[in-house]
Amino acid sequence: MCLGTISCSDSDDEYITPPTTPEQLLPEAGEEYSGGSSTVFNTTEEAFGFASTSLTFDEGSDFGVGNSFFRQSWISAPSSTTARDGLGPFYNAVSCSACHFKDGRGRPPLFDGELGHGLLLRLTIPGTDNNGASLTDATYGGQLQDNAILGITVKGQYNIIYENINETLADGTIVQLQKPTYQLTNLGYGPLSANLMISPRIANQMVGLGLLEAISDNDILARVDINDTNGDGISGKPNYVHDIASNSTKLGRFGWKANQPSIKQQVAAAFSGDIGITSMLFPNENCPPGVDCGAIPNGGSPEIPDITFNRVVLYSSTLSVPARRNFKEQNVLKGKQIFNTINCTACHIPKMQTGNTYPITGLRNQTIRPFTDLLLHDMGSGLADNAPDFDATGTEWRTQPLWGIGLIKNVNNHTNLLHDGRARNIEEAILWHGGEALEAKNKYKQLNAQQRSDLLAFINSL
Amino acid sequence: MKNISLKVSLLIVMGFAIVSCNSDDDNNGINANATKKQVIANYADIVYANYKKAYDDAVVLETAITTFTTTPTDANFTIAKNKWKDARESYGTTEAFRFANGPIDDEENGPEGFLNSWPLDENYIDYVQGNATAGVINNTTLFPAITKTVLEGLNEEGGEKNISVGYHAIEFLLWGQDLTAPSEKKPGQRPYTDFVTGTSGTALNQARRAEYLKVCADLLTDHLQYLVDQWKPGGTYRTTFLALPENDALTNIFTGIATLAAAELAVERMDTALLNADQEDEHSCFSDNTHRDIALNLQGVINVYKGKYGSIDGPSLEDLVTKANASIAAATNTSITDSQAKVAAIVTPFDFAISGGLTSTEGAKVRVAVLQLKNLGANLIAGAAKLGLTVNNG
Repeated sequence: MCLGTISCSDSDDEYITPPTTPEQLLPEAGEEYSGGSSTVFNTTEEAFGFASTSLTFDEGSDFGVGNSFFRQSWISAPSSTTARDGLGPFYNAVSCSACHFKDGRGRPPLFDGELGHGLLLRLTIPGTDNNGASLTDATYGGQLQDNAILGITVKGQYNIIYENINETLADGTIVQLQKPTYQLTNLGYGPLSANLMISPRIANQMVGLGLLEAISDNDILARVDINDTNGDGISGKPNYVHDIASNSTKLGRFGWKANQPSIKQQVAAAFSGDIGITSMLFPNENCPPGVDCGAIPNGGSPEIPDITFNRVVLYSSTLSVPARRNFKEQNVLKGKQIFNTINCTACHIPKMQTGNTYPITGLRNQTIRPFTDLLLHDMGSGLADNAPDFDATGTEWRTQPLWGIGLIKNVNNHTNLLHDGRARNIEEAILWHGGEALEAKNKYKQLNAQQRSDLLAFINSL
Repeated sequence: MKNISLKVSLLIVMGFAIVSCNSDDDNNGINANATKKQVIANYADIVYANYKKAYDDAVVLETAITTFTTTPTDANFTIAKNKWKDARESYGTTEAFRFANGPIDDEENGPEGFLNSWPLDENYIDYVQGNATAGVINNTTLFPAITKTVLEGLNEEGGEKNISVGYHAIEFLLWGQDLTAPSEKKPGQRPYTDFVTGTSGTALNQARRAEYLKVCADLLTDHLQYLVDQWKPGGTYRTTFLALPENDALTNIFTGIATLAAAELAVERMDTALLNADQEDEHSCFSDNTHRDIALNLQGVINVYKGKYGSIDGPSLEDLVTKANASIAAATNTSITDSQAKVAAIVTPFDFAISGGLTSTEGAKVRVAVLQLKNLGANLIAGAAKLGLTVNNG
């Protein structure tokens, strides 16, 4: 109305076209609601910890209990607090929240031997079992737990050696990257397999997982382009993995290589592998040959009862996604254009829709902005762990969702990114992109300082 | 220095009191002239005064523990246990300062895990039923000496929560495991002779147990001192906090109390325990003092909302909310009264109250209190919204 009035009164030609003010970019309607109705407006260190407001009363109660078992420490058995005992005997952390601090992202140790901050090592050897899973080290199993309960010999620990690599951008700016290698130390149970492959994995932030699970298989598979028939240099490959509950093969969605078909199995695997808590899906303790785990007090069979386990799964499924910040700012909107132009959006899909059959009704039919396709992509040799995981090769990784990325600093006091936390900020993470993403990375390197700043401002607003 | 600081605070408080008196006459104790800045400053005063009281009480506890370990008699044991309960009284209300972006639960330096870690890994510390040689106390090989450095070092392993020091470690060492049925309504029955060396002593490694207890008491005062220093006039965090944009500071304050009332207290500490119906899924499980923890957490919320603690009675969130929307302020006060009544109606000890689960008569009362506390949290958030603040309920 106001603008209309001004236009009418100013009939001079020179005012019909606005003076040389630059074009104002506008956000898309609702762009700030990254998680649809499961979006929270909060930028504090609690930003990743809020329940979806779409939960029913009973779901809310279950969320509360799940939160408790996610956050509080597990303790060794026997204990007065019988609902919470059974830690270990071998473990990486005493609670989910140790690595996913405030439902956020872990980081590599700050010094050799610093424990329980969210980086663990998977141990595999060439070959697969009947389910298609990689074979694991005969002695140490599929994961190095670097801690153990009192009186039990620890499996071992690891050191990281970082090698510096310089990337030079087109304008001459030099960015120093650090590439880690891992040495296993203080081995408690003899030598490792000669052909051992080590895959480091960082604990990811927990927001919006149920929304990702609620996307239909068909929507994900519609973007598959394994042989790059459209010639854009981007393949997009599904991982098909073993689903324990149904004893069948299913589309993988979770984990750095999309090696888990469901939040439920991801949570159970973490309870088992990371904390040493047995559950319905993983009823056995991780036990090296020669250690009689049956003689070590446990916290029951399973250690986390089904009802409690299911509540932790519900909790893990229904954490809200933080709303976008600064999404109306011109630099952010310019960055958004660049994100599109240099084709980051080929894999980091800005907008998706959840399906209408998800068990948690509040997460159905939501427009979400996860910035992932949940598919595998060859990311090049620089980032490779060289450890296959079901259909994922040693150079393939699942596209990481970018929602919440700009708030990791607020929640976790760090900005470490990628599967092993090697990137110390977003720019380093971009520069580690290779393989299918090499072209996008090279386009990034051609940007001038202002364009790079705009792009980073956009990503930080997610 | 401390005296000077206290005098300054008192002067400030008195200044506010005069302002309050002016408006008391016509508006039921509500200070209609309260500014956001004053409310924020008054909150900082309350936080400091409450941590200071918690620290002072912890010093008394440490003294009692030193006396008991030097002269381990039943009488001294009882005094130490009473001083622990006293110390919990002043610490309990400070939990209203958690979840507020403050120093207590800061990721890198927050001492919450060192102070109030729960659940306690008791067999990591000492013997438990079925294992007479469990724990650091009884493991002379791995832990030849029990010192502050050793226990603090152990505590750094882990993550958000630490496992072997704090109020509940002291509680475990003073009361022992609660092995009686909830219906007997008895706390843990550790004999004082667990700390007596020689032939009249019970259990193993009595001197090491005494050492462990003393170190825990020492660490407790250290970590409380840290919080006092952060919040004292001129303290690092207090300075940061007072320099925050007013709405950010108020949002933090509201988020802390709403989260404590509706999430941490109602859900985490009460509803979770009720749904588990596990006897010792309660915070002060060794001393059966959980009912006090609950009442004190609620009192802490009320203290912050009403701007009162001890001799402090200053401009408050209640003043701001009342001015912005009197009906929400009235609803908040009703939910405060109802929450207090329903919490008081829960049978003690808490392990007995939850032992029958949600469907039992006593369990149902716990659920009623949970709903009231959630309602209180919702009203606090609604009040914040009327001040233009977005507060999320964790």
